[in-house]
Amino acid sequence: MDVMPKWAEVVLVPLISLLLAALISALVILAIGEDPIAAVKLMVTGALGSTYGWGYTLYYATNFMFTGLAVAIAFHARLFNIGGEGQAMLGGLGVAIACLYIPWPHWSLALIGAAFMAGLLGAIWAAIPAWLQAKRGSHIVITTIMFNFIAAALLNYVLVNLMRPKGQMDPATARFPDAVHLPTLHDLLSPLGIAFSKAAPANVSLLVAVAACFGLWLLIWRSRLGYEIRAYGHSESAAKYAGISPVKITMIAMIISGALAGMMAINNVMGEAERLVLNSTEGAGFIGIAVALMGRSHPLGVFISAILFGFLYQGGAELALWTSIPRELIVVIQALVILFTGALDNMVRMPLEKVFLALRKRKAAGPAT
Amino acid sequence: MTLMTKFMGAAAALALSAGAALAEPALIFDLGGKFDKSFNEAAFNGAQRWAEETGGTFRDIELQSEAQREQALRRFAEAGANPIVMTGFAFADALSQVAPDYPDTKFAVIDVNWLDLPNVRGVGFAEHEGSYLVGMMAGQASKTGTVSFIGGMDIPLIRKFACGYAQGAKAANADIKIVANMTGTTPSAWNDPVKGSELTKAQISQGSDVVFAAAGGTGVGVLQTAADENILSIGVDSNQNHLHPGKVLTSMLKRVDNAVFDAMSQGADLETGNFTMTLANGGVGYAMDENNAPLVTAEMQAMVDEAAAKIADGSLAVHDYTSDDSCPALDF
Repeated sequence: MDVMPKWAEVVLVPLISLLLAALISALVILAIGEDPIAAVKLMVTGALGSTYGWGYTLYYATNFMFTGLAVAIAFHARLFNIGGEGQAMLGGLGVAIACLYIPWPHWSLALIGAAFMAGLLGAIWAAIPAWLQAKRGSHIVITTIMFNFIAAALLNYVLVNLMRPKGQMDPATARFPDAVHLPTLHDLLSPLGIAFSKAAPANVSLLVAVAACFGLWLLIWRSRLGYEIRAYGHSESAAKYAGISPVKITMIAMIISGALAGMMAINNVMGEAERLVLNSTEGAGFIGIAVALMGRSHPLGVFISAILFGFLYQGGAELALWTSIPRELIVVIQALVILFTGALDNMVRMPLEKVFLALRKRKAAGPAT
Repeated sequence: MTLMTKFMGAAAALALSAGAALAEPALIFDLGGKFDKSFNEAAFNGAQRWAEETGGTFRDIELQSEAQREQALRRFAEAGANPIVMTGFAFADALSQVAPDYPDTKFAVIDVNWLDLPNVRGVGFAEHEGSYLVGMMAGQASKTGTVSFIGGMDIPLIRKFACGYAQGAKAANADIKIVANMTGTTPSAWNDPVKGSELTKAQISQGSDVVFAAAGGTGVGVLQTAADENILSIGVDSNQNHLHPGKVLTSMLKRVDNAVFDAMSQGADLETGNFTMTLANGGVGYAMDENNAPLVTAEMQAMVDEAAAKIADGSLAVHDYTSDDSCPALDF
């Protein structure tokens, strides 16, 4: 039935897409008079060459795992959740409320409480567009993207007028108490005798993200609800005929999606900044779309592509630090990767399918002659 | 003996120059980016001027994410950059974490003057004083009795601008009506000339005939629309009078370039502590040149100069919004 073997589908297509993106990026770097090989070397050593680099790569990857999973679960129900950004902002608000107003005795309890609050607020922010879609038919793409702006305005108001310590210039909350400080990978790995960079922000929420990847895989492929979500995503009318309620599936899928996006805040707000700043999400909600597209909405794919995007972010930062390659060009490189792996997927897939078909025909013809 | 001293001298000179090469200053721009035609660009111009005058070089980086603040500070400090200059109040938190770890590195931060660290130079600006003066000019120049303000984002720093402006306008004309709007709630509000243009039109329809923009790149749209609609505008940070000669009443100057230039000129021996650049020491002010000379009457000039002298000698106090989060002249 399948034209291509599974390994080619999962590994070969993204790999060739990446190589094409790298090739064009190299041409662009060459065009502005820099050395592309040195640039790639700098990116690789900067992002993966030390525990320091890994610490940043994994920190970004944790963000993208959460938002990538959020977009992926919605994709399975054929819902396009563009509101990850706003849901993550609200999640940040939930984390700030949990960390500032509840005296936690230990970070582990604080992590559970903050993750719950982040998930709750993120889920509420996703549930409103979901309800509008399910009951009123307002298109979810439009409503979720509008909710990003409402979230930004709400956060702006809350930070400037309510949660900002009096007289502080920065529109941000106070620093969270030391009791809710999440252990970084350095703290986690040093008892095991592994030296990990102290400065890097990757923290225990990486493990939460990995657990969420596994949990989502269980949910989608090993549970009845997951089956219903996938059935609804493949064909709404068939799902209805099978007794699956479209309203219920739309609501549940979006609530899970919003909760996952919101839970990103335990990484960037609680783990890294340890206070809520105005611009805490910085586009991770949108990167999540690219991560989910590239990962084919499979949790394992999301995991891998989140690490790839973490690498691009950290490698890009190293490029910005040590070369005169402008910031805009680093965005161009990231965009090329998204373009080739997400949008231009068929450009690689179709010729590859032809190659595999030809190989198969020859094999089938072989023994007959 | 003489040969020996020559060798010693050469070695010493070599060591000195090596030290100088290591102590290259670094400049970290805030998320707005190097070429925002406003705040960060003023910092870049100051650094550029230092590089041209001394023949030195400096490293710089435009940040892409919040997490990079601490990262960039640490990386530059570890690479031996000294001093490290950064722009924007958002660095306060990251710097207070990083600076104690690098006691031999000097840091200079613009728009932050409340950190108490031995190796940090904080430079704040009395934006409310400069805004007061341009507000006074606006109050006198307005024929409709309504002036307006367009800020970038609704944050305390911008309220400080707006509050000073409103106080100045009221000082010139006690009955004046002040319309204030903010461009947006996301960082793109600092670079949205189209929205700036729309807001200007909306404010004109409410009767405003002088508009002050403190909104980074968004201000370009405000000044353009004001010129097109034949009302007066006021620029910010740098002297923007030349953008539309005869249409820009004045510009509120905030000499970020001088602050960066000073920090880089002092090099590794940077004088630390907190400094506030005020009207009295030339850190803020208003711009006069041939482009706006026909717009400013002698009476206007006399009144503003008198107020400036009074603010400088302390006999007139302009209320600073950030001192108590309230403004006597304007509600937010």
